[in-house]
Amino acid sequence: MKPAPFAYADPRTLDEALAVLSEEGEGAKVLAGGQSLLPLLNMRLAAPTTLVDINRVPGLDRIEAGEAGVRVGALVRHAALLRSAEASAVQPLLARATANVAHPAIRNRGTTVGSIAHADPSGEMTAVLALTGGSVTVATPDGSSSVDWADFFLGPLETAVHGPAVVTSAFFPALAPRSGTAFAEVSRRKGDYAVCGTGVVVTLDEDRRVASARVAHISVGLVPEVHDLTDAVAGRPVDTADWAAAGAMAQGLVDPDGDLHASADYRRLLVGALTTRTLASAAAEALERSA
Amino acid sequence: MTTKLFGEPVRRREDARLIVGAGRYLDDIGADAYAAAFVRSPYAHARVVDIDVSPALDVDGLLAVYTYEDLTGPMAEPLPVLIPHPQLTHARTGYTLVRDVAHHVGEAVVMVVAVDRYVAEDAAALIEVTWEELPVVVGVDAAEAAVHAVHPDVPDNVAARHHQERGDVEAALAASAHTLSFTQYFERSASMPMEGKGVHARWDADDSALRVHSSTQASTSVRAAIAAKLELSLEKVEVIAPDVGGGFGVKIMHPWPEELLVPMAAIKLGHEVKWVEDRREHFISSAHERQQRQEVAVGYDDDGRITALDVLVWHDNGAYTNYGIIVPINTATQLCGPYDVPVYRARVNSVYTNTVLVTPYRGAGRPQGTFVMERTMDRIAQERGLDRLEVRRRNLIQNDQFPYDWGMTFQDGRPLVYDSGNYPGLVDKLEALVDWPGLETRRAEAATRGKLLGAGMAMYVEGTGPGPYEGAHVEVLGSGKVLVSTGLTSQGQGHETVFAQLAASELGVPLEDVEVTTGDTRRFGYAVGTFASRAAVVSGNAVALAAKGVREKALRIAAELLEADPGDLEIDEGLVQVKGTPGASIPLRTVAVLSNPLRYAFDEAARQATQFAGPGDDSKPPIAVGDSPGLEYTDYYSPLRSTFAAGAHAAVVEIDPATWEIDVVQYAVVHDCGNVVNPMIVEGQVQGGVAQGVGGALYERMAYDRDGQLQNASFMDFLMPYASEVPDVDIDHQETPSPLNPLGIKGAGEAGVIPGSAAIASAIEDAVGRRIAAMPISPTELYDLMRSDGEQVPRLPTATGVPA
Repeated sequence: MKPAPFAYADPRTLDEALAVLSEEGEGAKVLAGGQSLLPLLNMRLAAPTTLVDINRVPGLDRIEAGEAGVRVGALVRHAALLRSAEASAVQPLLARATANVAHPAIRNRGTTVGSIAHADPSGEMTAVLALTGGSVTVATPDGSSSVDWADFFLGPLETAVHGPAVVTSAFFPALAPRSGTAFAEVSRRKGDYAVCGTGVVVTLDEDRRVASARVAHISVGLVPEVHDLTDAVAGRPVDTADWAAAGAMAQGLVDPDGDLHASADYRRLLVGALTTRTLASAAAEALERSA
Repeated sequence: MTTKLFGEPVRRREDARLIVGAGRYLDDIGADAYAAAFVRSPYAHARVVDIDVSPALDVDGLLAVYTYEDLTGPMAEPLPVLIPHPQLTHARTGYTLVRDVAHHVGEAVVMVVAVDRYVAEDAAALIEVTWEELPVVVGVDAAEAAVHAVHPDVPDNVAARHHQERGDVEAALAASAHTLSFTQYFERSASMPMEGKGVHARWDADDSALRVHSSTQASTSVRAAIAAKLELSLEKVEVIAPDVGGGFGVKIMHPWPEELLVPMAAIKLGHEVKWVEDRREHFISSAHERQQRQEVAVGYDDDGRITALDVLVWHDNGAYTNYGIIVPINTATQLCGPYDVPVYRARVNSVYTNTVLVTPYRGAGRPQGTFVMERTMDRIAQERGLDRLEVRRRNLIQNDQFPYDWGMTFQDGRPLVYDSGNYPGLVDKLEALVDWPGLETRRAEAATRGKLLGAGMAMYVEGTGPGPYEGAHVEVLGSGKVLVSTGLTSQGQGHETVFAQLAASELGVPLEDVEVTTGDTRRFGYAVGTFASRAAVVSGNAVALAAKGVREKALRIAAELLEADPGDLEIDEGLVQVKGTPGASIPLRTVAVLSNPLRYAFDEAARQATQFAGPGDDSKPPIAVGDSPGLEYTDYYSPLRSTFAAGAHAAVVEIDPATWEIDVVQYAVVHDCGNVVNPMIVEGQVQGGVAQGVGGALYERMAYDRDGQLQNASFMDFLMPYASEVPDVDIDHQETPSPLNPLGIKGAGEAGVIPGSAAIASAIEDAVGRRIAAMPISPTELYDLMRSDGEQVPRLPTATGVPA
């Protein structure tokens, strides 16, 4: 369990990082928190020629919470995001989801943006980026650009970013008024990758009836998917909405795979159960926030 | 005994060292050592066609590459069959490096030595082995079917047919008022110590002497094996078990190939060599345990009393039988637990599969046997409409039946005789501890929260402390320090504390004065090892006997100096004194100095023992005939046979019917290991055992695919429970001393794990009303079971005094 030989660069600026990535080409890999990358290296499942460690690049460790949403820099650790009251005031899903990311030791090192750039469909933050309609900022030697979540995730561990590039931040739009959120997971052990997870946003209209209900699942599809379940509950008051119907609707929209820890059928069962529960909880919160 | 430490919850003296990182584990030794890495078989069954090492030869820092061709003499012979048995008719073992055919994924084929582990792995990755794949056998069912053979000269795959019986079971079954028969499955798990195996060897060419550190449970036997295999004289080989980060059985297997190859390389290269197992290596090349298929037939009367029990077990022993058939014997002989089964037959067919070999893992065949017996009890309760506690009470061996002779042979080759016990007492205590009659109220309360609550219980009897022997050496130094050493090894159990308690109690010295060494052949050369819950029983009694010998000698010497009768002396807080006469005393350390008559005063204390220091008795030699200098004593304890501990566990689970998640909300243990030396350490052993029991019941399995590839060979996918998955355990003790050893103690190390799967299966069955006949069980499997047309079982109210 020792990695194959690799070169190591620790650039002090973003430009320097991009320059190294340009020089080294396809074999170069960005290192931020290392919580996914280093195990892959140690098991020799990945063998990059160069690691470009961006931990000394200044300015990437900021959480900027504003009216429009929360911008999370590439070096923000999960633990920092989890603790940020400003961020969770603007978008409560951030803390709710981050609390489910692995264990404290991993949250202390691992970065939220790194987890998004890794594009693991078992990652919490990929789903939250999708559910909130977020985007990432990608820096290349030609300049920075914003990429919408729907264009970013291409497949498991695969994103639209190619060539010399650093994902410098992720942007999570603020929670809309009269809205509530919830997040829940079933994992085999506390802190493990979820067997199935669910994040939801419920928005009410001015009469406190359900105006929209959206869900994103974890460990269910190949890339994050957001499903609109509004049709199952639209126009219903919160206390009489049939959340189980919305859960059933979600079950019909997903196509999970089976693995060592859960059959596809079991995952579908969890999609229904977790969607039903989280929608009810998010709707109750939306009602409170509408008061 | 005036300094009372026996029975006290003395804090573990090793913890401070281990917790702050001051422990000395295998990988802390030999920072400059060369590192070994291995090329291992990627196939479960394949013939080596060619090994091309040439691509690795250009790697900078490569020092040596060894294949089977490089092995000579005994090293080229198969590994030993450690515990031969007449019923192990077809024993097979591998070689230290694969000779021609690999029989499981992970067998070492090539050893690479380089300047460090990084380089060694780089070189190993370049070595090209050409393989010819052979048919693969995975699982007991495939082994029994024997469409393919693991070893061509064992076409039915059966290594051993183990057989134990009392009475004519077929006649007794035929004569029984009621009978049941059923089949169960039990899955593989493994010891999984946090520290894997590891070996460091240093060769002193000038002295022709070898010093080996190994993360082992059996340093004396590893020493003997190395000497034999490398053709060295025993006195030129030292083996030391340093701090060891857990064993749980896997390190009692020996010699592991690496324990022989690392010393071999150290000798050939004339340089320290080290190998530290990584986790993937541990998964695929260390040992597993537990897979069995169990076919059960039981007869019983109208009252639910068993009249006959017939069990046929298909036991997966993996690719080799290095450790003999100890696990099958344990299953066969420990299966009946605390119950008076009048007619019994156990047949265990131990079969080869193309998987990692099976050797004892904490519990060692007993969890499987307990699963048979306790699930049988539950079925009888269901059939007869009896409370599960009641059916057990009716079948228990009663207190007046001890010693209870089964007429069978135990795993130590001695008669299977329960020495003492109080099994009805265990049930009474468990009933109170878990509030068994109150469970219906809890079930109703859980239902209001949408949860299915169920309770289960299981009992076990565990043969502990087998021989043949252990020994101990106790010596008082002139500084007053007391050195205790025993050859048996430690893996974190708290031996330093317990052995110090025993020595301090016996000698009458402060605990702080005692220093304990274990598992170091330089200090104590005769030992068997740490396994089968035997350390406290066998080494503990040896330490007490050796300390007693020192005490007697000290009193004898002090009696002369104090001009008193030895019988009037006592030792308290390190002071030898005349009972009831204050002032008439002499420090034990002075006795130690005077016990060694001197010519040379090398320090101030020594002056007292020199030849002109004081008047002596000129009519006697300085050392009496038959006596020896020094205040030290060596003694051995060799038990007549094993002593039998027992216990009863209850589990309460809550199941979410929307997700089928299973939560163990309460776990209660009543435990009887005879006289308890240190209750805190015993409770720690129980809690740790329960953690592994919960792991085996709900989380762990070895997910081999049909090609013999282990699909979950990492801690990401092999779900050893975290602290968050393990319930706090409610523990109650019962102390029924063993009449077999002077201290009256029984072993406690393995007990916690044994009934876990049986109790939790019973609880889940109680919660969901479906038969649980295979363990472990996960939520996804429970969901499948609930959707299937699996057998529904009647759920009986839990209550006492249910009518017959």
